[in-house]
Amino acid sequence: MAIIESEHRRDEVSPERLLRDDPRQAANKVALFQYLAVAVFIFLISGFWKLQVQNPDVYSEAAERNRIKSTPILAPRGKILDRDGRVIVDNKASYSLLLNRDQIKPEHLPAIAQALGLDYEELARKIRHMGSTPQIIIKDQLSRDDIAWVESHQDESTYPEMQLIEAWRRQYPQDGFAAHVVGYVGEISEAELNMPQYLDYQQGDIIGKDGLEREYDSVLRGVDGQQRVLVDSWGRERQAEETQAAVPGKDLRTTIDLDLQAVAELAMADKRGAVVALDPRDGEVLAMVSRPTFDANKFTGRISRTDWNEIALDPYKPLLNRAIQAQLAPGSTFKPIMAIAGLESGVIDDETHFHCPGGASFYGHYFACHLKGGHGDITLHRAISQSCDVFFYNVGNRLGIDRIAEYGELAGIGHKTGIDLPNETQGTMPSSRWKMRMFRQKWYAGETISVSIGQGAVTVSPLQIAAALGGLGAGARWYKPHLLASEKPVLLREAHFNPENLEKVISGMYGVVNEGGTGRAAVLPDVKICGKTGTAQVAASSLTKGAKLKSALANNAWFVAFGPMENPEVVVAALFENGEESYNAVPIVRDILKAYFDKKARKAKAAAEKETAESLAPLRLLASPVPANLSFPSPEGILQ
Amino acid sequence: MIRALAVYRSFKDLDWPLVIVTLALCTLGVLQIYSATLATKWQDAWWKQIVWTATGFAMMWVAANIDYHVLLGRALYLYLGCVALLLATGLLGNKVFGSTRWIRVAGFTFQTSEFVKIVLILLVAKYLTDIKADTLEWKDLAKLAGFVGVPMLLVMKEPDLGTSLTYLPILVCGALMAGLRWKYLIIITGLLFVTLPIGYHFLKPYQKDRLVSFINPDRDPKGTGFQVIQSKIAVGNGGMWGRGTKESSQTHLGFLPVPHTDFIFSSFAEEHGFVGVVIALVLYFLLIMQVVQNAQTATDKAGLYICMGVAALLLFHVLVNVGMVVGRMPVTGIPLPLMSSGGSNTWSIFLMLGLVNSVRLRRFVN
Repeated sequence: MAIIESEHRRDEVSPERLLRDDPRQAANKVALFQYLAVAVFIFLISGFWKLQVQNPDVYSEAAERNRIKSTPILAPRGKILDRDGRVIVDNKASYSLLLNRDQIKPEHLPAIAQALGLDYEELARKIRHMGSTPQIIIKDQLSRDDIAWVESHQDESTYPEMQLIEAWRRQYPQDGFAAHVVGYVGEISEAELNMPQYLDYQQGDIIGKDGLEREYDSVLRGVDGQQRVLVDSWGRERQAEETQAAVPGKDLRTTIDLDLQAVAELAMADKRGAVVALDPRDGEVLAMVSRPTFDANKFTGRISRTDWNEIALDPYKPLLNRAIQAQLAPGSTFKPIMAIAGLESGVIDDETHFHCPGGASFYGHYFACHLKGGHGDITLHRAISQSCDVFFYNVGNRLGIDRIAEYGELAGIGHKTGIDLPNETQGTMPSSRWKMRMFRQKWYAGETISVSIGQGAVTVSPLQIAAALGGLGAGARWYKPHLLASEKPVLLREAHFNPENLEKVISGMYGVVNEGGTGRAAVLPDVKICGKTGTAQVAASSLTKGAKLKSALANNAWFVAFGPMENPEVVVAALFENGEESYNAVPIVRDILKAYFDKKARKAKAAAEKETAESLAPLRLLASPVPANLSFPSPEGILQ
Repeated sequence: MIRALAVYRSFKDLDWPLVIVTLALCTLGVLQIYSATLATKWQDAWWKQIVWTATGFAMMWVAANIDYHVLLGRALYLYLGCVALLLATGLLGNKVFGSTRWIRVAGFTFQTSEFVKIVLILLVAKYLTDIKADTLEWKDLAKLAGFVGVPMLLVMKEPDLGTSLTYLPILVCGALMAGLRWKYLIIITGLLFVTLPIGYHFLKPYQKDRLVSFINPDRDPKGTGFQVIQSKIAVGNGGMWGRGTKESSQTHLGFLPVPHTDFIFSSFAEEHGFVGVVIALVLYFLLIMQVVQNAQTATDKAGLYICMGVAALLLFHVLVNVGMVVGRMPVTGIPLPLMSSGGSNTWSIFLMLGLVNSVRLRRFVN
């Protein structure tokens, strides 16, 4: 019945009309819509797949960065100590200002720079280069005013990116005391960031820039910790998360003796040049001074450009560590090496005598002796103690340059000593091979004559000559000079000289000090001191080049001395730039040697007293625990 | 009409699969709103949403009982009323976040543009039924576009680009169903591509920013790109199984913008992970397919147009909102149907589902 009815209905309306109102007509369009819907959902689900399943770590880390605000806890650098554990370089608590990258607004920077006295351009450049580092320290050692300003301007409505953190300020001895040995720290530079050895460092890190600070940066620097706080999107702190404590850097025990260093500093106070004192038995450096010096406290952290320019553009180059970087003619201090070379090669013996009329001619050139009147007939012992040039001209002439070079290099001339300080220079020990390599020229025999008295092409640093003569005095054994207390002695070279020959040279050097020689001012009452003076003419060296200094062409004064004569414990080399006469360098060395042996005696006495006190137990309280310190000012006095 | 109500009032005749999917999505929505707004200034939003859902459900029942032919007969009046209401909103409405979208009636605020969707669905259905032709001609298409265009422009002026764009799928879907020629479709698509760059110049600065930051969110990570980046981080942070309701830091520490309305799905994705997302999206797919099924079983073209209009609108909403959450669509600020918190949208979706049910209840009658 129903079917009939419906057929009847179909008859009523035209087939066309029916077709038009039949939803099935759109069936394929509906199907199309269904496919479209499937596509849309696949599109959406693939979006979630990509974010949630393929690389969820990227986003969970991003979420962590969002919610965890981590503030660095800066690790203090290790202290630098002297051989007795006394502090040379310390840290002082201070405040630094850092900016949180996420909150930095470029329009805030001019105001911040102005209030804190920073250079806006420099600050803006730093911010641009900070990359993905979450924070950047923009100022260290905030003053009271700075701190007050930051505290009153770090709320939401002003400059919320600012954050104060506790930091450690490096505290160096004042007035440039030991500045060249210790070095200084500074902010890592763009160039350093690109070097392979600074791979783990990032922008804003403080690193050792020179001296021990640089050499032992990895020992001294600690590992910064992190304080982690849960924050919401408005920067409000919700709760503290686990904190990673900072690991402080290790202290660095050096071989420096503060007492000796203090004396050396005082002795060089108003001079230009350098002093090195070391123990020839193991290479431990006891004192090292270079003048002029600089105040490393100005360098700690982020140095201002004017301070930097003042130091870096000084014509006397205070940043240069002359003790290891000067390359100057050694003058007559080279003669002991000539003497041993002459004796060992058999070209002379202690009986060989030459006549010195005040000069001599070699190869058509006249070479003068420093003593115009001449030394007359002279043998080795007097030739060393009186520093006769003509005698050594003849020795040199007999040896020839290559044999001189052989012995010079044995003593370490022309080679880096390998001391644990950056940027040591190697100086020059000329030879025919050296000249061919450097200038593609033959060596002329006439050139040997100048080298024989430590002039001409031969150049050394104070450390090199100290090590060379000290090693000679200690039985022709040369140890590597070093500053790290825990380093084992390293024997670099050893020569098996005839002991008698060695004794003859050392005896000549004894004469320099004790027999009215050129170094007589260095005589000490209880210790046999041996030494050798030097007066070196200043050729156009790298140090004087370009410097319009009147006195720059005055002779350099040298003195190298060791003691005691048998088994020397200490060798000191002093360079007094433009000191005119060699005897001007002698008192510097004398002061240091005296301080060394005084201290030794004092220690022995204290030990003896202690022994006595222990054997007389009831009287122990009467024994003085601290030895009197009378012979020189205390280093602490200078440090303050 | 009264007779119709009396006859089809049986509750069990409703499209129960549709109703169950709808209520499941509403439940997910309420739970997510509760979790996302805990201890924030919106913390009452969840029970309000329950109220909207319950009243919306009642509205669906009422709408299902009204014969859609009756509504179609009055479509033009409804349309004119809507346009007038939009104008009134523009003049008298409340300004919130810089745009005038809401109008106050008896203590409640309504987003007029949401209800316009229903009327447009009815109007398009009515118009296309009245053409009585197999294919759609240029003239018809232009008229239809004019009808849809007027409220679109009014809503765009509010300004509310997102909602105004939701009117487009109603028009496009209707035109396709009514037999739009492929040739025309290609021409229109081509024209759109040509005119879009010109249209870009008429956008408000913030709308331009949104488009630019959609293409390159990292360009300005603190500005408009922020929402996209943070939403993607939230989604990615969810991982496969989700962070749960306690560990979802993006949601709870305020990194997600409006985690209970436009970005509810991103907070859902963070808490329930990929697995939760797939379940929710499958529910949406079932919902839309159920609506399409009602279109297929409709007794006349008007019913088909209504159901397909609703289906197209829902698909568009899901595509744009969820696409925005994963950074695959620009930020337009349109809600996710049934899950996002908000009365007007919830009611309008339920009313549309009411229309679908109305079509379904009359599928055996001619």
